[in-house]
Amino acid sequence: MILDIKLIEYLEELSRLKLSDEEKEKVKKDLSGILSYVDSLNELDTTDVEPMSHPFDFTNNFRKDEVKPSFDRELILKNAPKKKDGCFQVPKTVE
Amino acid sequence: MELYDKTALEIGRMIKNKDISCREAAKAYIENIKAKDGELNSFVTVLEEEGLKQADEVQKRLDLGEELSPLAGVPMAIKDNICTKDVLTSCSSKMLYNFKPPYNACAVEKIEAAGAVVLGKTNMDEFAMGGSTETSYYGATKNPYDYERVPGGSSGGSAAAVGAGLVPYALGSDTGGSIRQPCSFCGVSGIKPTYGGVSRYGLVAFASSLDQIGPIGKDVRDCAEILSVISGHDRRDSTSVKGFEYDFSDSFDGSVKGLKIGIPTNFYGEGLNEDVKTSVLGAAKLLKDMGAELYEFEMPVVDYAVPAYYIIACAEASSNLSRYDGIKYGYRSNEGESLLDVFVNSRSEGFGMEVKRRIMLGSFVLSSGYYDAYYKKGLQTRALIKKSFNEAFEKCDMIISPVAPTTAFKIGENITDPLKMYLGDIYTVAVNLAGIPAVSVPCGFDGKGLPVGLQLIGQTFSEAKLVKAAYAYQQNTDWHKRAFEKMKGGSL
Repeated sequence: MILDIKLIEYLEELSRLKLSDEEKEKVKKDLSGILSYVDSLNELDTTDVEPMSHPFDFTNNFRKDEVKPSFDRELILKNAPKKKDGCFQVPKTVE
Repeated sequence: MELYDKTALEIGRMIKNKDISCREAAKAYIENIKAKDGELNSFVTVLEEEGLKQADEVQKRLDLGEELSPLAGVPMAIKDNICTKDVLTSCSSKMLYNFKPPYNACAVEKIEAAGAVVLGKTNMDEFAMGGSTETSYYGATKNPYDYERVPGGSSGGSAAAVGAGLVPYALGSDTGGSIRQPCSFCGVSGIKPTYGGVSRYGLVAFASSLDQIGPIGKDVRDCAEILSVISGHDRRDSTSVKGFEYDFSDSFDGSVKGLKIGIPTNFYGEGLNEDVKTSVLGAAKLLKDMGAELYEFEMPVVDYAVPAYYIIACAEASSNLSRYDGIKYGYRSNEGESLLDVFVNSRSEGFGMEVKRRIMLGSFVLSSGYYDAYYKKGLQTRALIKKSFNEAFEKCDMIISPVAPTTAFKIGENITDPLKMYLGDIYTVAVNLAGIPAVSVPCGFDGKGLPVGLQLIGQTFSEAKLVKAAYAYQQNTDWHKRAFEKMKGGSL
């Protein structure tokens, strides 16, 4: 599979990344090479094979819904790049 | 005091017998770190003061007669993607250059409760994505055997630190070979545990269905002891397995009599370095001479493990790494007006190129229009690989294979060609896809004097059997001791 720049720009958007023109070209070349190799999987017959997303066959592992103390607010905010009045601070999102 | 050639259990015994104090042990290793790590660059953070304080606390507990593990008081190091309370946990990324977690990972809680003395956090490939520790924001770690070469990765800092005698053991993590391959390149031993054996709580997620924390040590006896300590069910990791405990009590009789060891012949074909092949098959022959039975067969589907792995690992990574947005913790860009600008600029400035490449590859295989052809195909291949291992383990107790197709390569040699780097994972990634355990031990040297490693791969939760075989092998060989003998002679 050979990727074009339009697809690379779409992937940037999906990935919330912005690349320089030079990086775009590099990623285009690298991903095209990797995907051409990945395409070797088409040699394998996987008709009727159930996809395996996890090493063990289980769906959900629920715990009891119990109220327990969680981390202290100050402790969690300690790593925040910007904070205000006990909250994470972000740029204005509504006019 | 010189302790670099001692195993963790030997140091633990010396502490227990009061031959040395915990502080003396910590000091000896801190001296080694200071002397060597300027060049080796295996640590991101060295905890000198904190380590000595912790050593004194463990000593106090021992002096009060508290029953601690055989590892009590023994210095160690932790890979920088495993959360340590109030200590920088950077994942060797600019994105987490200032992140000090408010909690300890489960494995850290357990190892500290057992009396470990943490001397620092070790360097790695950024977010564990790589096989050479060259993608680190903090610069490449060097191979202790040859400073022009890589230590492997992604747990390259942990393996190099153990290999150079800077700590007797370390914790690493293995998503596609990240414990085993650096062990092979640095001449040390390691275990990638069964998926679900060690809690992932506090391990910074890369690919959640593949990641496991595991031990890196001087020999497999140490590794088994460390694994006993850090394993066990933890309700904070929903994939942690209940009702299982490792029991290594029968693993150290030195016998492999009657063990059936499989040799998948297609693992020994094209692309495998001749010196590596000779060493690994030599080890198989020795195990046979010691009483094991060898069986040859083919596992052709495992040849497709690398493409399946990169689809699945990148898909999971693209999802897991979406949490880095510059808002709650980590790096935040000063550029941009809108919330979206903050996300995009923080991520674009905070992540290195390999991480970006993998996120974009993951976004691609999960995107509508390509999902079936890539992601689903990857998961189906994974099912076939798992089936192939199940069939193999009906015929034999374990599989012997190389860890990597080559020995340590030169810094810069593969970094510009990601596909070439990925192909180096050919022997390790299938184990993670299947969720099964593998032990990596040194088994020789190549023509350049660089260590070669072999791995023993077993069925789910068969670690005790793998350790038994690896221990017997190490009783009959001295590959794992050579480096430390060289150090004595001053040549390493």
